[in-house]
Amino acid sequence: MIGRDILGIEDLSRAEIELILETAERMQEIGTREVKKVPTLRGRTLINLFFEPSTRTQTSFEIAGKRLAADVVNFSVSGSSVTKRETLLDTAKTLDAMDPDCVIVRHKVAGVPHRLAAVLGAPVINAGDGAHEHPSQALLDLLTVKEQKGRIEGLTVTIVGDIAHSRVARSNIYGFSKLGAEVRVAGPPTMLPAEIESLGVKSYTNLREAIEGADVVMALRIQMERLEGACFPSVREYAATFGLDRKKLRFAKEDAIVMHPGPVNRGVELSHELADHRPSVILDQVRNGVALRMALLYLVAGRRRKAGGVESRAASATGEE
Amino acid sequence: MSQIDARSPAAPAGAEESEGSKARRAPSDAAAPIQERTVLDDGAIRRALMRIAHEIVERTEQIDRLYLVAIPNGGVPLGRILVENLASLTGQVVPLGILDTTLYRDDLATRSARPRLRKTEMPSSVDDRAVVIVEDVVSTGRTIRAGMDALMDFGRPSNVRVMALVDRGHRELPIKIDFVGKNIPTQPEDKVIFRSEDESGGQGLLIVVREGGQHDRS
Repeated sequence: MIGRDILGIEDLSRAEIELILETAERMQEIGTREVKKVPTLRGRTLINLFFEPSTRTQTSFEIAGKRLAADVVNFSVSGSSVTKRETLLDTAKTLDAMDPDCVIVRHKVAGVPHRLAAVLGAPVINAGDGAHEHPSQALLDLLTVKEQKGRIEGLTVTIVGDIAHSRVARSNIYGFSKLGAEVRVAGPPTMLPAEIESLGVKSYTNLREAIEGADVVMALRIQMERLEGACFPSVREYAATFGLDRKKLRFAKEDAIVMHPGPVNRGVELSHELADHRPSVILDQVRNGVALRMALLYLVAGRRRKAGGVESRAASATGEE
Repeated sequence: MSQIDARSPAAPAGAEESEGSKARRAPSDAAAPIQERTVLDDGAIRRALMRIAHEIVERTEQIDRLYLVAIPNGGVPLGRILVENLASLTGQVVPLGILDTTLYRDDLATRSARPRLRKTEMPSSVDDRAVVIVEDVVSTGRTIRAGMDALMDFGRPSNVRVMALVDRGHRELPIKIDFVGKNIPTQPEDKVIFRSEDESGGQGLLIVVREGGQHDRS
């Protein structure tokens, strides 16, 4: 997979996902050592290119790269002017001229990582693009469920919240489905895309029915500022209807686990109690995120083209349109 | 992906030591049947491991400081047998660690696919321990070099020695073997493969030689 882009779970085969998870399981051991560093990617350069702020994902990729002895550079860009295509390609040209071995991209517009992957000589890892995909999050969720349950195949996984605007939901739907789990989604009708069942999931507007017999209940972060009034009448009503607490969780399997990609709106998606205590596994997700991202970097980091400037590829990419 | 899958975790660990000669090996002739010759059978391997246990006891001042570190896959079953043999000789259970050297290899930058990782399980620090690295087949010495680098990330051993069931020669680094089961002269293009009980089809432990480059050997 050296030189391969990781743009979405949709593009990965089951065998590839399983290889990534197995590699991540081996990487977990490094995090338990006193010296948490191996020389594997010594002399390699990774660029964290974040057009949208994300402390968690960016830090996780940074630690992952550093544990593999790579040089990690954070290239944070804020503001909206960079969404214009020329500027994006200019940024890509600038970065490519620095010969990175992997570029990790977060952008609020879906498809930007794909656009960059078409012109960069380094593999691109999508760290979240708009409402499209967030593959490393889904992979770390799969790793956490596998660790907690010993398997993925045959489990029932319920994703609760704003399915329509969530890249985490989309990537997890692909990931859990590919590994043989039954995926259900639940939320207010305004947050459930009409065609969502075409992805092979069952859709519910009743939380109790959705989590009945579930092995895993995954709550998504609600963008309160943006969506209150538009998708649900009030935060309080959302919390009462779709917020998870111990009482509602009784409908799930007795040994069900609760997940959340973070950061948690306490008292909204999860009760305070669930945010801090078992059966929620939020901090396991964070810990596994580092190992999972180490696995991704180990498998793909390395330049895929030996010669040829980015200029010609950028020109041909533009010419196609 | 399939390039990586080709190195399954169950692949004979002996293949590992042949890596260095891969570039020189002629492409295999699809028509020719694969010829394998058993050079050490189960009985011979177990006798060698008992003799080596005696040698380790003889040459280790403080048995309670001993720490075996097996390199997967082949080193692991050999390490387990050595632990049993040492226990029968001294009454002490020597700790056995498993140390995957993949992340320390010197050829990661030149390979087209990243090798699959194996499990590492080090029960405790190696500080002030007399470490014996346990490997099935040693050739170029590059895996042992990687193993020593990996070992240093787990502490500062008082000394490090190497045990190999087979030393097949063709060293490319200044690595010496302290405890050897058998020296087997080989051509660089040959493969020396260790098979554990799970891999040998009921024949116990085996060392086989698969000769390469038949064109210049007849």
